Amino acid sequence: MGTLYEALVRAARLIVSLDPDVLQYALRSLYIALVSTALAGLLAVPLGIFIAEREFRGKRLVVTGLNTLLAVPTVVVGLFVYALVSRQGPFGFLELLFTVPGIIIGEVVLIAPLLTALTLAAVARVDRDVRLTARSLGASERQAAWVVIREARYGILAAIIAAYGRVVGEVGVAMIVGGNIDGFTRTLTTAIILNVDMGYFALALALGLVLLAFSFVLNVAFQLLQGEARMR
Amino acid sequence: MRPSASAFALAAGLSVLGGRAASAGEPLTLATTTSTENSGLLGYLHPDFEKRTGIRVRVIAKGTGASLQLARDGNADVVLAHAPEEEARFMAEGHGAERREVMYNDFVILGPAEDPAGLRGLKDAAAALARLAEARRLFISRGDRSGTHVKEMELWRASGVKLNAQEQEITGEGGQRTVVETLRPGGEWYLSIGQGMGRTLLMAAEKRAYTLSDRGTYLSLRAGEKPRTDLAILCEGDGRLRNTYSVIAVNPEKHPQVQREAAARYVRWITSPEVQRKIGEYRVAGEVLFHPLLEREEK
Repeated sequence: MGTLYEALVRAARLIVSLDPDVLQYALRSLYIALVSTALAGLLAVPLGIFIAEREFRGKRLVVTGLNTLLAVPTVVVGLFVYALVSRQGPFGFLELLFTVPGIIIGEVVLIAPLLTALTLAAVARVDRDVRLTARSLGASERQAAWVVIREARYGILAAIIAAYGRVVGEVGVAMIVGGNIDGFTRTLTTAIILNVDMGYFALALALGLVLLAFSFVLNVAFQLLQGEARMR
Repeated sequence: MRPSASAFALAAGLSVLGGRAASAGEPLTLATTTSTENSGLLGYLHPDFEKRTGIRVRVIAKGTGASLQLARDGNADVVLAHAPEEEARFMAEGHGAERREVMYNDFVILGPAEDPAGLRGLKDAAAALARLAEARRLFISRGDRSGTHVKEMELWRASGVKLNAQEQEITGEGGQRTVVETLRPGGEWYLSIGQGMGRTLLMAAEKRAYTLSDRGTYLSLRAGEKPRTDLAILCEGDGRLRNTYSVIAVNPEKHPQVQREAAARYVRWITSPEVQRKIGEYRVAGEVLFHPLLEREEK
């Protein structure tokens, strides 16, 4: 009980006073989440649409593969990227280990399958009726496809929000690839782990609440964006 | 449909997951540093204690700071730590009933074998750090208030390098407040990573950086057919690099829930001549990792 109360008071104080350390961790987490979501989005959304729109041999296998990747633990992705960019790894010469760009690569690898699968699902859901209607109204194949994508845009936006949420809250990749270096790669989640390891539970919990508050504000912003899109 | 039955099943399942055998009593919780656990020493010693007393030992391996904080919050019965100053404060606060020195080894300053800062051959550990600061070569710090980090701060203080102090107020579960101070030199060459010794050594090797480590963890990483580190020992043997481990039984008057009797037995056991001898015999890849205190007294 004591820890919980203390954590609440601490979290409020950290937020109100804009604690420079916490602000730095939060901004770093935000930056990593936004950049990696954008990069993964550029890659995964077109891929998801492509897979949904096309019929090809082995499509089922591709979809099963994607769904399997959804369950891969973040630490495994972290280890995978670590092995790639470490000094002995094939991309060691790029010196990406223990850097923010390194973390971003890991996060993109982590969320690209998620984003692809959710985009695919969103497009596949609207597909049939809308496409048939569009075609029967005289739309070309290409125009019909465009109509389907337009219809799926809320689902795609939801996929992007989910991907963003996964990055902002994950600690496996950030810890293993980033290394939790103070002032360079420490994020909100790795700072939480550090404080738990040091036995500073109230502070760790307070950082958790800051993370929650942070996600809440962003989701409200997303919601407003989505609401506006719907009204048009 | 039958809540009592499913609740029972759930409880049974949880107790299995929790590893609580029906016959054994409450396990003894030992909060300790990662070095004693990771080196395999406790896994080697504890079966003897469990056989003699029938008490199972639950080991929680964290840094010394975290171990003492766990005990302050009443979540541990015994602590095995290696930061004399912090332990003394813990005792002064009344959290410990009994503290006894158990064993020692030493810290070493490690770095890349090519040693760009030129520390090799220096006997004075503080002077070595001062030279490192001057050369502005990468140094990786545990930064987690572990015994190793506390020792590192002590050496920096002695080095004469200009340090920045950061104060943090910590509240334990009992509501007691302590202010802890973290010292570090400024500059981008000093990286504080807040992780365990193993990860710190891996990062130092990866970044061709310098670091301070206990000898045991370093040796266990260097042992084996595929060594996981290529760092070299550059400074050793300074008296300030001695690393003493002590065992503390948590004070039952302050924390009534602790296993008073079992904790006292543990302290007696680990300081007994027989266990002391076993500690001195423990080797990883042919190297002795810990020296029992008895051995020191004989010398």
